[in-house]
Amino acid sequence: MFAAETELKEDPRLQEIFEAIRVIPNFPKPGIMFQDITTLLLNHKVFKDTVDMFVDRYRDMDISVVAGIEARGFMFGPSIALAIGAKFIPLRKPKKLPGEVISEAYELEYGTDCLEMHVGAVQPGERAVVIDDLVATGGTLSAAIKLLEHVGAEVAECACVIGLPQFK
Amino acid sequence: MSAGRDDDPRIKGIKSKIRVVPDFPKPGIMFQDITTLLLAPNAFKDTIDLFVERYKNKNISVVAGIEARGFIFGPPIALAIGAKFVPLRKPRKLPGEVMSEEYILEYGSDCLEMHIGAVEQGERALVVDDLIATGGTLCAAMKLLERAGAEVVECACLIELPDLKGRERLNGKPLYVLVESH
Repeated sequence: MFAAETELKEDPRLQEIFEAIRVIPNFPKPGIMFQDITTLLLNHKVFKDTVDMFVDRYRDMDISVVAGIEARGFMFGPSIALAIGAKFIPLRKPKKLPGEVISEAYELEYGTDCLEMHVGAVQPGERAVVIDDLVATGGTLSAAIKLLEHVGAEVAECACVIGLPQFK
Repeated sequence: MSAGRDDDPRIKGIKSKIRVVPDFPKPGIMFQDITTLLLAPNAFKDTIDLFVERYKNKNISVVAGIEARGFIFGPPIALAIGAKFVPLRKPRKLPGEVMSEEYILEYGSDCLEMHIGAVEQGERALVVDDLIATGGTLCAAMKLLERAGAEVVECACLIELPDLKGRERLNGKPLYVLVESH
């Protein structure tokens, strides 16, 4: 669901957030219009508004886990977690997490990749939100959901700053 | 000054939440795992509060975080003190025009990148990472910021491994840490 399709569509913060994102053509390869959120991070007011909008949505939803996808999910997730009193779980590329992990493979355009989570980070029955900067095909988010559900958590929602509707 | 606020009652709780994982990423290394701290909202909040209390009145306009664990601590600090957040990344991750700084590893070298234009001349900056070991990465981070014309006010880490003498590689720049691990 896009915020612009809900009661938030009149929210002036949305337009500012949109304008703070920089589009870089042909990165990482020709034909891709890369959505660069680093320019949003340079604008304190807009960065704060972005976090606040997520916090407003999740603070009363009994969320005890915010899972952020490496690496840009790390830039948004922890602030949201802190504001709603939830724990933050980093979901990482292989071999980065030092303890015992569970893994979930997912498809890339060419080949596969893998997302890992620490065993014991999440308890059965916890309600979780997954955060990333952007959703394209949904492959990474899908792997994240599977990791959390595998340990018995309920994924209440996935939250991204940017959605690319053409990818569904 | 070496360690952080030993007298602050929050430090003990923070230290107790850091998990040491032996022999990671290779035999002989005692890895300082901060993910367990992130699972304890009160201790995580205390960690951020300690940094925010130190920096909020120091006119800092830039918080630069080192990929990837610096991305976990840097943004909440930046948001709380009214600064922008600048990610310092491994090569080829940042999409726009970048400047690069190479640094030495135990075997070989690596590189840290920052977007051109992210930081302006005269800005006062903080560099954040979860841990300082040899100081190589922090040193590269400081160089990037200084090359862009910023003044690095301090480097801030949760954990210091003092036996690796990273503090000495910072060219006299102050370092503030919350806990030490020997």
